[in-house]
Amino acid sequence: MNRLALSLLVSASLVSAPAMTYAKDIVIGFTTSETGKLNADSAPQMQGFELWRDQVNAKGGIKVGGDKYPVKFVKYDDQSTSGRVQQLYVRLVTQDNADFLFSPYSSGLTATAAIISEQYGKVMITTGAAEGKTYELGNQHLFQTYTPANLYLASALDAVKAKAPKSKIALIYENGGFAKAVATGAKAYADKLGLNVVIDEAYDASTTDFSPILNKVVSSGADVLIGGGHFADGSTLARQLREQNMKLKMISLLVAPDVPKFAGLGSAAYGVSVPSQWESDASYTPDFGPTAAQFTKDYENRFHVHPGYHAAGGYASGLILQHAIEQAGSLDTDKVTAQLNKMDATTFYGHIRFANDESRHGLQVGHDMVLAQWQKKGGELEKEVVWPEAAGTAPLMFPISQ
Amino acid sequence: MTGVIVSIINGLLLGAIYGLAAIGLTLIFGVMKVINLAHGAMIALGMFALYLLVSWLGINPYLAVPVVGVGGFLMGFCIYWIAVHRVIGRAELMSLLATFAVSMIIVGVGTVLWSTSPYNVQVDMPGLSIGRYTIPGNHIVAAVVAILVAVALYLFLYYTRLGKAIRAVASNRQASELMGIPSTRVLAIAFGIGIGIAAVAGSLIATLFPFTILSGASYELKSFVVTVLGGLGNPAGALLGGLLLGLIEGSVSPFVSVSWTPVIEFSLFVVILILFPAGLFRVGRGR
Amino acid sequence: MMIKRPFFWMIVATVAVFAIAPLVGGIGVRESLFLAAIYMILALNLNFMIGYTGYVNFGSIVFFGLGGTLGIFAITVWGWPLWAALIGAGVVVAGLALLLGLGILRLRGAYFALATIGVVEATKAFVSNFDPFGGSTGMYISFSAYKPLGGAREALWVAYFLLVAVLGISLLLSFWIKRSRFGLGLFAIREDEDAAMVLGVKAPLFKAIIYSVSSVLPAIAGVLFFFKNGVIQPEQAFDLTLSIEAIVMLMLGGQGTVIGAALGGFAYEQFRGYLLTSSTFSSFHLVIAGALLLLIVLFAPGGLIGWAHERWAITRKVLE
Repeated sequence: MNRLALSLLVSASLVSAPAMTYAKDIVIGFTTSETGKLNADSAPQMQGFELWRDQVNAKGGIKVGGDKYPVKFVKYDDQSTSGRVQQLYVRLVTQDNADFLFSPYSSGLTATAAIISEQYGKVMITTGAAEGKTYELGNQHLFQTYTPANLYLASALDAVKAKAPKSKIALIYENGGFAKAVATGAKAYADKLGLNVVIDEAYDASTTDFSPILNKVVSSGADVLIGGGHFADGSTLARQLREQNMKLKMISLLVAPDVPKFAGLGSAAYGVSVPSQWESDASYTPDFGPTAAQFTKDYENRFHVHPGYHAAGGYASGLILQHAIEQAGSLDTDKVTAQLNKMDATTFYGHIRFANDESRHGLQVGHDMVLAQWQKKGGELEKEVVWPEAAGTAPLMFPISQ
Repeated sequence: MTGVIVSIINGLLLGAIYGLAAIGLTLIFGVMKVINLAHGAMIALGMFALYLLVSWLGINPYLAVPVVGVGGFLMGFCIYWIAVHRVIGRAELMSLLATFAVSMIIVGVGTVLWSTSPYNVQVDMPGLSIGRYTIPGNHIVAAVVAILVAVALYLFLYYTRLGKAIRAVASNRQASELMGIPSTRVLAIAFGIGIGIAAVAGSLIATLFPFTILSGASYELKSFVVTVLGGLGNPAGALLGGLLLGLIEGSVSPFVSVSWTPVIEFSLFVVILILFPAGLFRVGRGR
Repeated sequence: MMIKRPFFWMIVATVAVFAIAPLVGGIGVRESLFLAAIYMILALNLNFMIGYTGYVNFGSIVFFGLGGTLGIFAITVWGWPLWAALIGAGVVVAGLALLLGLGILRLRGAYFALATIGVVEATKAFVSNFDPFGGSTGMYISFSAYKPLGGAREALWVAYFLLVAVLGISLLLSFWIKRSRFGLGLFAIREDEDAAMVLGVKAPLFKAIIYSVSSVLPAIAGVLFFFKNGVIQPEQAFDLTLSIEAIVMLMLGGQGTVIGAALGGFAYEQFRGYLLTSSTFSSFHLVIAGALLLLIVLFAPGGLIGWAHERWAITRKVLE
């Protein structure tokens, strides 16, 4: 027994099989959260990557100069913690010879991985990472596909301003990096619009019982609630808003309502809105790549669920990288970086442009968010784009009808 | 003012459930001096057991709770023989690690089976309205069930032969062995009961909140706090400790930002542990 | 005196291997050894409490996290150079640990173990709410912080070599304490605290001192880890799981021995890293690690070194 354990350990430390790579592959490396608390948010992003890769490879690969190179992924599980992220990314670069990198899911893990991309001078397309701070540290090779966190709730606040500027707003958010950045941005924006924020309070990420905080919301007389965090806490919050029979005119939560599973909450989902990076009925005319309708159809055929913005962001990252490589006609990092720096294009995912100034290089400045709301259509829950009104597929339901 | 009262009631209701969860932990500690680090994992398994029973068999969640309890007992009984029996009476480090290993295995298997995304058990229950505030019905039912289970356990421990045998082994294993009590089997049964109660607590929590396979960890920490408030190894104290924790949470939260609650809770935990290691309550018939 | 012992030269050789291997093997090797060195430092210092004194500290990670938080705060907010942050974090954490130790070390056995868990959770919750430390968002290190060391690439090498130095100090300290009168006092406390006090060992003072000593090097390692990491967030700084894993490392190698703690940390890092990246095992890594731990606890409680000591007399003479 002991001998077995010992030999296991010894062999474990000796075996480190380098992945086989062929000269004609474009290797893209990244970690995903296959286990741990970010799994639900990370999985659709991964599916977006995969759909893009398979579609590219079905056409023979990415066109570089006169040749076509198929795309190969190397990925590891980061367990939703940053402990091994740097080790895994170094492994991706040095042992697996990744040509390009995608980011992990979440702002925290991405900030950790970004240092490796910078150190090795590898282009990293970040997705699922909205926190803006990472881009202010002096990176040269990071490119963000998401609209930065501080703008997340802007459209919801615009809607409040237009519909009922006298509303009392409760800002209730997870005490974590991303949600806190969103809330800080939202508070500043609300002040700018002259809106009245009556509660500004964070809750612990592992909170399951929201009744203390909801009682405070009732006491304050707030009639609009915005905030949230990730899927687990956001869906819990939505459910308890329903159970506690809160009569709110508007509820806008981060991330959670955009995950297709959210509809499983039934009546608790009704009327909840979500700031979204992308919705499937968006009608951008793409300069390259599929239209939103095509992407949605392909994604549904493959994974049998409706794509949310995490999936679209994953696919878009691949698309952006592909376009830059094709324009550069080379796999050379500097040439691809130059193409990304001057990219100013529209895809199915929306407008893409990266900041070029030193102080915030790579920050996404072209892309706009929309506000989507769960409404009832013929008895079925259906997510509709409601803001900005010009891009909407349905009018915003305000106040939420009981 | 109503807000504060409602907040306290909410806290007490949840406190009863925390108390029940902690009883499972404290019973095992009291009888065999093992801090069960698989406690949280068993709570999480109880949640999933309820979910599977409700979604596969379509039975009423509250009727499924006793089934989960029995399943938890059997599982605990097996875990005792596999992982715990050999470390009884050895340094506490060993039992801590053995139960932690069990926890890793359960969470690992659970992750493979259910990933780590949240699950939901839908319970529609009219709430109780107090002014503009509402106390959800499922919280009331869950708290009542938790208290009933705790009382049933108390009666079992004090008024049945087996219950008395468990208490005898807890206070002096050698002496009870001399009195003809098969102490090893009693330990296995006590471990099973402790796990069964953890699973029941988990299943009750599942009727209130969404959960993942990792959710158990935070309830395990809560159970530690409750156990310390009530006195390690003291089941009746644990229920009171739970109610006290609920009271603290409920009465503090209207005045302080809720993200500070854990700071207060865990600082209190350390301070009470240092000042009153036997817990705040010495109820029941001695120890 | 120590120089005459073969074990001293083994320590020197270990440090030399850590220093030279990445120069030969490249940065991939460095990354793996960096994490291994962190684990070894955690396990070695935890060994002072668990292995030497017999107190199960479940919350040793609080030193690592607090050291990291204070150090990164000094670097990013006050603009301290790295060396000053390392010393500052070490000193402050040691002082806090001494005060805390005088309180919670009045508890024994399971009560102490629970209290240490409480300390981690309370500290984590506090830091998450304390805005000067960045609250839950944490603190991000700007690339300009790496400039004094010659840029990001060089800074990571500097961090690595400093960490190897901390590892070397941890090993020497472990060895020295084990051979010292102070160490004998600790062993006496481990075997029977009441008897030790009767014999004149100042148990409360000894315990508080060793608790404080066991906090310094993890705190410094915490600064180095998060300096290299580029960002520190309370969620990852005060990770209770890593705290428990440190105990697992100790058990794996053999508690109470210097070589066991070091070997355990190293082997555990390699083993988990292998499981995580292997295509066959990656989804079962938690199950396999758990099963292995259970087998060690049940059948080989002395760990690798305990097993070796039972087998061969020579190892008992050479390996500390």
